[in-house]
Amino acid sequence: MSLDTAEARTGRPRISASRAYPALVRALGRGWLRDRSQVFFTILLPLMFMVLLASVFGSTANTVSRVIAVGDVAVLDEADPDTFTVTEAAGLDEALAVMRAGDADAAVVQDGDTVRIYPSSTNSTSGAIAAGNLSALVDDVNVEVLAEAAPSEPVLTTEVEEAEGGAMRPIQYLAPGILAWGIAIAGVFGAAGTMVDWKRDKLLRRLRLTPASVKTFLGAKVSVNLAVAVVQTAVFLAVAALAFGLELSAWTWFAVPLVVLGTFAFLAIGVVIGGIAQTSPAAAGLSNLVTMPMAFVSGAFYPLALSPEWVQWLSYLSPMRYLNEALQAVVVYGSPPSSVLPQVGMLAAFAVAIGLVSWKTFKFDEL
Amino acid sequence: MDAAIEVADLRKTYRGRRTGEVRAVDGVSFRVERGEFFGILGPNGAGKTTTLEIVEGLRKPDSGTVRLLGRSPWPHSPELTGRLGVQLQASSFFEFLTAKEQIETFAELYGAAKGRGDEMLDLVGLTEHADVRCEKLSGGQQQRLSLACALVGDPELVFLDEPTAALDPQARRNLWDLMRAINAEGRTVVLTTHYMEEAEALCDRVAIMDAGKIKAVDSPAGFVRALDAPTRVTIAAGQLSEERVKELASGESVTAGETQVVFETRDPRKLLTALASDGALEDLSVRTANLEDVFLHVTGREWRE
Repeated sequence: MSLDTAEARTGRPRISASRAYPALVRALGRGWLRDRSQVFFTILLPLMFMVLLASVFGSTANTVSRVIAVGDVAVLDEADPDTFTVTEAAGLDEALAVMRAGDADAAVVQDGDTVRIYPSSTNSTSGAIAAGNLSALVDDVNVEVLAEAAPSEPVLTTEVEEAEGGAMRPIQYLAPGILAWGIAIAGVFGAAGTMVDWKRDKLLRRLRLTPASVKTFLGAKVSVNLAVAVVQTAVFLAVAALAFGLELSAWTWFAVPLVVLGTFAFLAIGVVIGGIAQTSPAAAGLSNLVTMPMAFVSGAFYPLALSPEWVQWLSYLSPMRYLNEALQAVVVYGSPPSSVLPQVGMLAAFAVAIGLVSWKTFKFDEL
Repeated sequence: MDAAIEVADLRKTYRGRRTGEVRAVDGVSFRVERGEFFGILGPNGAGKTTTLEIVEGLRKPDSGTVRLLGRSPWPHSPELTGRLGVQLQASSFFEFLTAKEQIETFAELYGAAKGRGDEMLDLVGLTEHADVRCEKLSGGQQQRLSLACALVGDPELVFLDEPTAALDPQARRNLWDLMRAINAEGRTVVLTTHYMEEAEALCDRVAIMDAGKIKAVDSPAGFVRALDAPTRVTIAAGQLSEERVKELASGESVTAGETQVVFETRDPRKLLTALASDGALEDLSVRTANLEDVFLHVTGREWRE
C-alpha cells in the first residue's frame, strides 16, 4: 500500500507542526497553571523571600542610618536628619553593645581632627551604607572648611543621584538577587522534575510515537518555561516596585532577554540533574545541592565585595552571578544593555556549555 | 499488500553494571498479517516490551530488521506514526489535564478531524468523565482513556502493551470487549500480555515468548490441538464402584483419591455420556488443555505470573 492510498483511506490531512505546537503549548501551559506547587515555587516563594529579606535588612522606610555619637562628635552637628538619626553614648563599649543588638548601624568617635567610624558587623549591609554616608558627611564638612579658607578657589562639588552610591536602599540591592534566584530555581527544579516525571509516565516515549516530532514537543516545553520566566519576572518586579518601592530604570525591559538567556542555562542544569536522578525526591535534593551553593556564591544575597576572596573566585563559576549582576545593572542602576555585554556573554557561554553536557547525557531510552 | 509487521532476527542485549549482559531479545522473528489480532504471551521479563518497543521504533535493535506496513520505523516519520496507535504500559498523560483536554491534545497531534476526540471518549465510555482530571480517573478508566488516545488518529495498526495489567476482573472484561471491537473494525492489533486467558480470549495467533526468544507461534486452538493432551474429567469420590471406575477409564489414566476421581481421557464425549447414564455427576468438572499447559509444554517450566 502506498502512502497516498493510506492517506486517502483515512482522509487525514498532512500533519504539520503548525497544529501540534500550539496544542502542546496549550496542554503544557494548562498543566503548569494547575500545578499549585509550581506556581508556589516560581511566583510566591521569591516574593516571600523578598518580604523576608527586605524586613531583615531594614524595610524601605529604614533608609536613615542610625548612628551613635560616642562623646562629643562635632561633625554630626551638620548631619541632615533625612540621612542620620543620632543617639549618644557615653563610651565606645556601650555603643558597640547597642550595635551588637542590631539597634544601630555605626558608632562614631571624633578625636580632634580624626573621625573614627565603627560600622556595624551585625547588620553589615546597613553598616556599610552608614559608613558611606558618614564619609560623605565628613567630605562635605571639609569642603565647606576649605571654601571658607580660600574663597577665591573654585571647589569641585559632587551631586549624587538616586542610584548606585547615593542612599542605596536594601531593596535596590536585594530585588535583582532574589529575582535571579527565583529564575534559577524555577529552571533547575522545573527541568529536573519534568525529566523524572517523564521517566515515570513515559509521556515523551508516547509522544515519539505520534506524528509530532520530539523537537516540536521539546520546543513547546521550553517555550512554556520561558513564558513562565518572563511572567515570573514581570510579577516580581511589579510587586517590588509597587509594594517595596523599587525604582525601575528605563532599561528594565532588558530584564526579559536576560531571564530568557538565564533560563536556558538553568534548564540545561535541570536536564543534567533529571538525567541522573531516578525519583522526585532525588531530583529535588540534587537540585538543592546545585542551586544553593550557586546562589550563595553569586552575590545575590550578600555583596561579593564583602565576601571572602575564595567566594569571589567561586562566583565566576556561578551562572547566577552574571544574571544577578546584569539585572542589577539594567533594572536598578539604569545602565544600558551594552554595559552588561560581558555578563550576557558569560550567561550565553554557560547556556551553551551546560546545554552541550545535557545533550550528551540525555538518554532517550530512559524517557 | 505488505504484511502489517515483518520482524526478522531481532537482537538486543543490555549491559547493566550489576546484572551483567542480559539478552532481552534474542533472535526474534515473526510476521503479522493485516487485520490480525496477534498476541505476544510471556511472563514478566520475557522480553515482550523490549520487542514491542523495537518494533514500534522506540529502540534500535543490535541487529535484525523491522518493517511496519512495509516501511522501516526509523527514522521517525509522521507518515508512518500517523498510521499507528500505541498504548504503553504506563498511562502516558499530560499532567493536570482533564480526559477531554487530554484526548483533544492527542487529536491535534494526529491531525484528527474536529469532534473525533468526543467520539473516542464516547467509544470508551468516558463521556461522563470528560471533565475529570486524568489523575482522578480509576485504573480502568485511565486505561480506556489511554486506548482512546491510541485510536484517535484512526490507526491501521494498534500496539497494546499489557493494557489490562493491574485491573480488576470486571474492568479487564470491559477492556476485552473494546479490544475485540477495535479489531473487528479491520485494524491490526498487537497485544502483549502475561494473562493466559486474555490471549486465549482475544488473539487469532499467539507467540509464546520466554527468555528473549519466541518459542512457538500458533492460534490458541492450534496450540492446544498440537499439545494433544487428554481432557481431565473430575467427579466427587464415592459415586462409583472401584470396578466401574476402572471400566470407564478403559485403559486410560485415572486417579481415585479420597475426595475425587480424576479421569484423563482422549474421548471425553464417551466418558461423559457414561457418567451421565450412571448418574455420577456430583461435583463434575471438565478441563481441557489450555495455554497454561501449552506454556509448560513449550518452555518446559511452570507458568509463573
